[in-house]
Amino acid sequence: MSQLLTRVDRRAHIAILLLIAIAVLVPVLALATPPRSLFHLPPYLVALFGKYLCFALLAVALDLVWGYCGILSLGHGAFFALGGYCMGMYLMRQIGTRGVYADPILPDFMVFLNMKALPVTWWGFNHFPYALLMIVLVPGVLAFAFGWFAFRSRVTGVYLSIITQAMTYALLLAFFRNDMGFGGNNGLTDFKDILGFNVQSDATRAALFAITAIVLAATLLIAQLIVTSKFGKVLIAIRDAESRTRFIGYRVENYKLAVFTLSAVLAGIAGALYVPQVGIINPSEFAPTNSIEAVIWVAIGGRGTLVGGALGAVLVNWGKTYFTGALPEYWLFALGLLFILVTLFLPQGIVGLVSRRRTIPEAPRGGDVEEGKVDSADVPAAAR
Amino acid sequence: MDQATLTRSLLYLDGINVTFDGYKALRGLSLTLEPGEMRAIIGPNGAGKTTMMDVITGKTRPDEGDVYFGGSQDLTQLDEATIAELGIGRKFQKPTVFESHTVEDNILLALKAPRKAIATLFGRAAADQQSRIDRILETVRLSDHRDRFAADLSHGQKQWLEIGMLLAQDPKLLLVDEPVAGMTDSETAQTALLLKAIAEDHSVIVVEHDMDFVRELGVKVTVLHEGSVLAEGPLEAVSADPRVVEVYLGR
Repeated sequence: MSQLLTRVDRRAHIAILLLIAIAVLVPVLALATPPRSLFHLPPYLVALFGKYLCFALLAVALDLVWGYCGILSLGHGAFFALGGYCMGMYLMRQIGTRGVYADPILPDFMVFLNMKALPVTWWGFNHFPYALLMIVLVPGVLAFAFGWFAFRSRVTGVYLSIITQAMTYALLLAFFRNDMGFGGNNGLTDFKDILGFNVQSDATRAALFAITAIVLAATLLIAQLIVTSKFGKVLIAIRDAESRTRFIGYRVENYKLAVFTLSAVLAGIAGALYVPQVGIINPSEFAPTNSIEAVIWVAIGGRGTLVGGALGAVLVNWGKTYFTGALPEYWLFALGLLFILVTLFLPQGIVGLVSRRRTIPEAPRGGDVEEGKVDSADVPAAAR
Repeated sequence: MDQATLTRSLLYLDGINVTFDGYKALRGLSLTLEPGEMRAIIGPNGAGKTTMMDVITGKTRPDEGDVYFGGSQDLTQLDEATIAELGIGRKFQKPTVFESHTVEDNILLALKAPRKAIATLFGRAAADQQSRIDRILETVRLSDHRDRFAADLSHGQKQWLEIGMLLAQDPKLLLVDEPVAGMTDSETAQTALLLKAIAEDHSVIVVEHDMDFVRELGVKVTVLHEGSVLAEGPLEAVSADPRVVEVYLGR
């Protein structure tokens, strides 16, 4: 055990301890302090930062595949949204007769659409353990099937990025359709309670925040152990020189499939934690721009550092909240500018600015003194 | 070639044809390598040297022809990872190492050990792992650089690291593509010594342009031209062959 802990670097240690601390402190400050107190946390801030932590979890999941294995997924928002829908379906079935149409089984939108019976896809979602299982299985199975075909066919680089983007776009279009049975355009909302607790109460919000912080801390710990294992070293090897990795005998497609599936599951969990905190899930979560924004969080925070992705997600979304309030029309310009500046001046992101040890080396520099520059001659001396 | 040659040889290529978009990269290439032999392959650009390596390592499937390893393994039916596990290691023309890993981790990854994802994620390191890494680092003269990132090594050091990674796989056959391209004279001389030492207990195929280097190796030479074997024999005999002189100087 202690041997395992030595593999967690200082950065991850700090982040994990900080997350555990806020998981305890935030509920205390939000619930146990009088509203006028200087230390009181208003409930809206708890919900807001709970949302940021979900994005941070998504960013860590993305960094695992992009930062360590070089798979630039532009469709991770899809796994996030699928996890979110699974949680949303559970929450919908908890409404019961409290809906507008008071149907004990069918959610409001189904009554409205004249659906007579609950679609098979919704069966079982009234049970929380079943919903939890689906939160893991649905994104996991999709990622496994997608990766099985993509990685076996050796689709890499920009082509892979494009088909991940196409995947999330296809899901966006599918979920917009009413006859898919997932609430179409409006998605799922009007949630009442989760495990019997009112989703909108301050106490539930604080608890959800604490759970999200703990899940994020646990994910950082596990991810850190994965990337420092030999398995993680193989992932980095694949990122650096894929065909070399293959020629020394590793089945690259299996490694990619494993890490891609794991990452999708983590993204799904992030989505599932997100939905009860924001109170709605609709097809716009599948929008390609969401997935691209997640890539920007990771780039800004520091690719291949895990903690960097989480930090980037929180900071960028904090900035987004501020900007869209103060200067809404300039947010996308600001985000674009930030991305360009970070790419140009901070290739290691914010974390790279702080830590001295390089995680991704810059392009090899030429001009070493020992290095002889000899062009391979076409005419060998034998013929002289 | 007959059955006896097939079973006796470590590597057996017969009548290999490879065509890329109408361009015939290999036409009827045949070559056999005895166990324990070191062979130098020379030939002008476009002679098919790299394509031949691609065929042996499973990167390219030949349109026609047989490729057998160890007398029984049909390499045309296997993928890169399987062929690597059978015991064929390959060094690329351009040094290809894992730049963001340390020298030691580069060797560790190449070291003969279970390659499955489950094994690398949960498995324990072999007890003799460290001593094997130490021995290889010593062989390729990189013991003092073990903690440096591979990206920070000089060109020659990267070539040696890659040869070290090849050794770590403990292959029966090493394919080495232009090991001394871009090296200084002293690095070239050291590389020749290194390869000779390796050839003592491995079979090696070296593709090289540098004739002084090939002379230093002192082994049987195969000359490729336009996708097939033009001449084969000791370097002196081959370089006296008028057809070889024609190919190199007649252009």
